Amino acid sequence: MDSSVAAEPNIRVVKNATCTFCGCVCDDMELTVDLDQKRIIKAKNACVLGKAWFAEHSVDESRPVAMIEGKEVSLEEAINEAAKILVNARFPIIYGMSNSTSEAQRETVKMADLLSANIDSTSSVCHGPTGMGLQGVGEPTTTLGEVKNRADMVVYWGCNPSDCHPRLSTHYTVNPKGMYIPNGRKDRTVINVDVRSTTTTNIADVFVQVKPGSDFELLWALRILVRGGKLNSTFEEQTGVPIDVIENLASRLMSCNYGILFFGMGLTMTRGRHYNASALHMLATDLNEHTHFVVKPARGHGNVTGADTVMSWQTGYPFGINFNRGYPRHEPGEFTTTDILTRGEADAACIIASDPIANFAKPAIEHLKKIPMISFDPKPTPTSQAARVAFTTACYGINTPGTVYRMDDIPIPLRPAFESPFPSDLDILKPLVKRIRELKRAQ
Amino acid sequence: MSSALRIVNGKIHDPANNIDGQVRDICIQDGKIVESVPADTPKIDAHGMVVMPGGVDIHSHIAGPKTNLARKFQPEDHRYDPHPGTEFTRSGAGGIVPSTFATGYRFATLGYTTVMEAAVPPLSARHVLEELEDTAILDKGYYVLMGNNSFLHRMLEKGRMEEFREAVAWWLNASKAYTIKLVCPGGDEQWKGDKNATINQIDEKIHSFDITPRQVIKALIDTANDLGLPHPAHIHCNNLGHSGNYTTTLDTMRAAEGRKAHITHIQFNSYGGEPGKNPTSKAKEISDFINENPNISADVGQVMFGKSVSMTADAPLAWMLRHVKERKWINCDTECESGCGIIPFEYQQHVYTHTLQWAIGLELFLMAKDPWRMVLSTDHPNGGSFMNYPRLIRLLMDRDFRKQEAAAVNQKALLSTSLLDLDREYSLNDIAIVTRAAPARLLGLKHKGHLGVGADADITIYDEQENIEEMFKTARYVLKDGQMFIKNHEFCADPVGRIFQVAPDYDKKIEDEIRPFFDQYYSVQFDNYPVFDTHVETEIVPTYPVQ
Repeated sequence: MDSSVAAEPNIRVVKNATCTFCGCVCDDMELTVDLDQKRIIKAKNACVLGKAWFAEHSVDESRPVAMIEGKEVSLEEAINEAAKILVNARFPIIYGMSNSTSEAQRETVKMADLLSANIDSTSSVCHGPTGMGLQGVGEPTTTLGEVKNRADMVVYWGCNPSDCHPRLSTHYTVNPKGMYIPNGRKDRTVINVDVRSTTTTNIADVFVQVKPGSDFELLWALRILVRGGKLNSTFEEQTGVPIDVIENLASRLMSCNYGILFFGMGLTMTRGRHYNASALHMLATDLNEHTHFVVKPARGHGNVTGADTVMSWQTGYPFGINFNRGYPRHEPGEFTTTDILTRGEADAACIIASDPIANFAKPAIEHLKKIPMISFDPKPTPTSQAARVAFTTACYGINTPGTVYRMDDIPIPLRPAFESPFPSDLDILKPLVKRIRELKRAQ
Repeated sequence: MSSALRIVNGKIHDPANNIDGQVRDICIQDGKIVESVPADTPKIDAHGMVVMPGGVDIHSHIAGPKTNLARKFQPEDHRYDPHPGTEFTRSGAGGIVPSTFATGYRFATLGYTTVMEAAVPPLSARHVLEELEDTAILDKGYYVLMGNNSFLHRMLEKGRMEEFREAVAWWLNASKAYTIKLVCPGGDEQWKGDKNATINQIDEKIHSFDITPRQVIKALIDTANDLGLPHPAHIHCNNLGHSGNYTTTLDTMRAAEGRKAHITHIQFNSYGGEPGKNPTSKAKEISDFINENPNISADVGQVMFGKSVSMTADAPLAWMLRHVKERKWINCDTECESGCGIIPFEYQQHVYTHTLQWAIGLELFLMAKDPWRMVLSTDHPNGGSFMNYPRLIRLLMDRDFRKQEAAAVNQKALLSTSLLDLDREYSLNDIAIVTRAAPARLLGLKHKGHLGVGADADITIYDEQENIEEMFKTARYVLKDGQMFIKNHEFCADPVGRIFQVAPDYDKKIEDEIRPFFDQYYSVQFDNYPVFDTHVETEIVPTYPVQ
């Protein structure tokens, strides 16, 4: 199983390595590693984003492994302080996890259970509404290989994979030849629906421009047609898409052999949110009366899918979970992190491999800065700089082994390129959970 | 020694060792049952109690991608059944598809200590193994889906049977699975490749391959036997759920040609009548065949009234069920390997078909001449939750209760079956057979399902009660590998269970055949596909290949 070979002294080549930058989780990387410099000098097969991901993850050995209030401390001291903060809090929250292995995510949920804490992943600010769509109406879906093998119709709706998931089209869904798609791109129709043209529009056969904020209406119009109804002119006014274009789109969708709708935050983080996701799932369900049709959210972070998956198996719910009654409860809007922080409720926070101080809404950031915070990150970030306890971690996939879940729920193994002097998330979480247990028992 | 224990004064039900309710001592040392322990060893006084081996479930859906989707799918169901943690145990969510830890604790509360997950595509092997690791207490394993595997279809099409066998062995190793599972062989290819079509009869041609389901069934049954797997091919037959499907079931069992095969949740495949019309019971025809053919074993897949979820690799079936009521529906295609469908469902007493299914299941239990080959399951959660087992046991043991329950069901359906004429009542030993001894034997788990010297000390002690349902609902004591973790109905420890796999030998050369197929048609690298040995700790159960 060892796929590394020594090319020359201090240069190592790792084949079949995995890029954990985005939800595509491509596992065909060939990494050339300079072991002396502790950095990756070449990432064959990586896309532009992947190349940057690998190139930027050199190791700065001068950084302390742990800091309290910005001062260097031992790992043990920091773990002790972090445990004290969390155990003494009345409403601790745990957030992030999308750039961490499933092994670390499992330990994180364990910690939340032990602390009766709130736990949430970055899903709540990206594809959380997609999860709610699934809970409401279901979801016909697939693995990416089946798209490669069978899909003659690929729709990108409210997402721009050419910029955000560059290999989605070239490696999985549009360009490759598949079992029943012998000519690759030539055998597929690509449709792009968005509020403006993007680089993804350039690879599409058809572009449909929808008025901002009216995706739901366009999805509903398509549902009406797919279910045998007729459209009145109000749909054109609302969506900005001519009726004959909507009709043509519906007939193309119904007449393919195997279709897929990829979608992104153009649907889930704009007006309608989970209603949009539900409408899209229902459109695909309706299309199954005519042909085979599936959907797939184009997930962002490398293991955000793992966070949903792990939380679902350990608690029954994918995100926005609270343990304060001694068992998990799920309520988006109530137990999602931005909402908790905006209401000023949490009194301690543990942020794992995420940077909310750089991304959250202002009132949420303001509250986060007021409460004791613990951060796990390989790099200095606004969050780690504001944290009372900051751990420097090894980067998953580059330095640590483990498992991540691709955007289609397929578990992919990691083959680390080189060893980091810093511990992995899991290496810190295990003794942290142990220390929390000791403190809780002593209470 | 601290790990030694003696159970005294209990009525022992250990059918594998012909012990039927006699009061005897059970001695335990270092996790195993032993001949004797020193006189001063700590004791459990089981006076007024029934002692059985820990329960063994041969077929439940408890972990993996499909189960987890069904979990994620139903927050409304978890909400009203929270599972609080204790000092020793993790919290979780209950309902029809509980979270992993809660699944383990709830099975253990019923006295179960071994449960097999019934269907996972090999591409998701790491996922199911991680969930099984997080399934508390239980020993477990899983069956890997191979009935819709495109590579194997190709080998079969070319008649390359030797390569077929080698590839199956490679796949079992790569996925760390326990045995071969078939679900509606050929059906998913039709579903994915032919605009949601399905395949019903085993002699129809599989879409885009020049083979039939019969060939797939025969080849996988033969391979499981040739490789000497501890449990034979585990088969969800074609045409499941459709009126008139009993002939397909008989055809499938005949395709085994005398070799060992296990037909799962056979109740769902025991229907007469014409397609599209109301089904009738063909329990007698199915029972007669199994009674006469000792190579065939089955589990029932009993339907219990109340909430269920249909979750299956038989994607066309879930689509058919979706049209019963337009409820929310999940479908998930897995490249080159499988399909999957999920629908929340409810079995209702007044509905003709649901009553018929309930009655057929009970008929199958009561008509079985050899309970060692017709074992208990609800195909959890398809026929109903495993939490229904105590009620099902009471239905089998208590004729009056059965009649009382039958009064509330659809009478037209009930009277079309022979259920009311079947007076048989299961004894405690019969129950010990169908819930422990027989599943363990069918699984080839020699250390499970009995209390003889050398067996794993997985032991359940129930308070003897007149109300059988109450008796089997909560065990008073449960031990796993000699460690007591339920004491006076309360958890007092949280032992970690094992994961069983098989690892049949294969010729490495087969990898040269499979690798190019992966390069062309899979979305993961061939070298990343097999589960690394470092990923999860498993215990290999030996195979006995036919020379």
